[in-house]
Amino acid sequence: MKPSNHPASPGQVLIPAEDFLLTDKRCVQWRNIQTSSVKKGFISCQGKEHEGRIKMGIERTYAEINARIKTGKAVVLTAEEVIGKVREQGLSKTAAEVDVVTTGTFGPMCSSGAFLNFGHSAPRIRMSKVWLNGVPAYTGIAAVDAYIGVTEIAEDDPTNSNYPGEFRYGGGHIIEDLVAGKPLKLEATSYGTDCYPRRDIETTITINDINEAILFNPRNAYQNYNCAVNLGDKTIYTYMGTLKPQLGNANYSTSGQLSPLMKDPNFSTIGIGTRIFLGGGTGYVVWNGTQHFPGWLKDGDGNIVGSAGGTLSVLGDLKQMKPQWLRGTSFQGYGVTLTVGLGIPIPILNEEILRYAALSDEELHAPVVDYSDGYPNRKPGNLGLVSYAQLKSGKITVQGKEVPTAPLSSYPKAREIAHTLKEWIQKGDFLLGEPVQLLPGPAAGLTGKVLENK
Amino acid sequence: MAPHKIVLRFTATTSDQPIIYHLVKDYDLVVNIVKAKINPHLEGTMVLDLDGERYEEGIQYLRDQGITVHPLTQEVVRNHDRCTSCGACTGHCPANAIYMERPSMEVQFNGDKCVVCLQCLKVCPVRAMEVRI
Repeated sequence: MKPSNHPASPGQVLIPAEDFLLTDKRCVQWRNIQTSSVKKGFISCQGKEHEGRIKMGIERTYAEINARIKTGKAVVLTAEEVIGKVREQGLSKTAAEVDVVTTGTFGPMCSSGAFLNFGHSAPRIRMSKVWLNGVPAYTGIAAVDAYIGVTEIAEDDPTNSNYPGEFRYGGGHIIEDLVAGKPLKLEATSYGTDCYPRRDIETTITINDINEAILFNPRNAYQNYNCAVNLGDKTIYTYMGTLKPQLGNANYSTSGQLSPLMKDPNFSTIGIGTRIFLGGGTGYVVWNGTQHFPGWLKDGDGNIVGSAGGTLSVLGDLKQMKPQWLRGTSFQGYGVTLTVGLGIPIPILNEEILRYAALSDEELHAPVVDYSDGYPNRKPGNLGLVSYAQLKSGKITVQGKEVPTAPLSSYPKAREIAHTLKEWIQKGDFLLGEPVQLLPGPAAGLTGKVLENK
Repeated sequence: MAPHKIVLRFTATTSDQPIIYHLVKDYDLVVNIVKAKINPHLEGTMVLDLDGERYEEGIQYLRDQGITVHPLTQEVVRNHDRCTSCGACTGHCPANAIYMERPSMEVQFNGDKCVVCLQCLKVCPVRAMEVRI
């Protein structure tokens, strides 16, 4: 933003017209505008208000970035590397150099699963119940389609009857085994119809034998997550791992400065059609995730110290994914799930986007939440905020007590994902998908509804 | 020399005796109880780190009381293909045999320090820790 040499009223600075980008490009008559009105995102022109924003240094389009990717000239840094670059040479210079910042995360993501189409047997069966290695899949869809959810367990799993249960095998492991090419036992039953006379089938399948295997995860890549502790007197077994009594340990589960949605908290670039790293292959953002309530995390003085609440719905062809990036996962006393590898490229369309993409572990925070009472009983509030730098140091202080920390999401694997995505883009194999529609960001003010017991 | 890792098995008649007290008091041994369990039949199992100059005398005392003593031959190993270095185990290892290397955030496992309490087998989300007998 360059100050204009046009005369300005006291307390006002005039900005050249070319530095204010109009959302509505039809109005081009104004020449200079007041910063006071620009700050609110509006300028006045002949009595009409126009929405827009100040141009901050470099501006790029998806088409320009993709053209550079195709010719092998795109400059790509991981979300970790870009932090040092910005510290070293400043925001403007880095924004002028860097086209794409890659992110990554590898953590348990329970709202995941796969649509499978098994093909038709002779005679045909309209499968009304399906089991894969004894684990039920949902069949309330077409004849030989099923959805295997990652938290599903066998009907005879002892669960928590022998507390805390082990939960050794379930839907998450089915997906890992499928992707690994292992044979799975398929059992199905039906009531039989004139067009689908068969009533049961028991056979073996591999991922190569079936028509489609589409990973479709309705809620992945949680923007941020609680740091879980236990204020109670006994050990508890949660989806945040085993928590020892009286603040014995603290578990957290994001990759912090590598975490995709923490690096684009305004959802300025991530939307429907964003091409991503998913399970070791290519996937897409197809919608917002369930419980998508993006917002800012603020400290006691109202300063923004991070973001939280955003989620993604993602999809990809399971047949091109890899088992090391889709890991069947068990939490003692809680259940099974899938650890999903996911990475998103953030196009540096302007300096503002880079500013967020370059946020570091010192600047990003998580709320500390008690899982003995606060969380299970949905009591509002938390036990304070801690930075990801503190969490990664191995200890935090909660209620005056030093508490050892441990992650549930692998930082080395998150880093590997960001590097892999960087290589794919640098090789020209992976073009950025321009969203056909962006997802709601914090400005949308989305908040969660609660379930009333009527 | 590192302390001996041993497994003691108590019968219902010995499990309520102050055996460990005598190991310390009478034989001047250094005792670290790694694991202790009594089943509904009042039979007990205890895993100990035991060290001291009068170690052999202490073991003889245990045998004289009718307690069976075996060296701990189980070994915990890490399956590198399955381990994702998430770190969930690092808060649970009582011997610091599993720890987080910083700043790489890679999980490291030092089998020599492992006391085979098997906590890591239970908390590992991807079942990367295995036991060998």
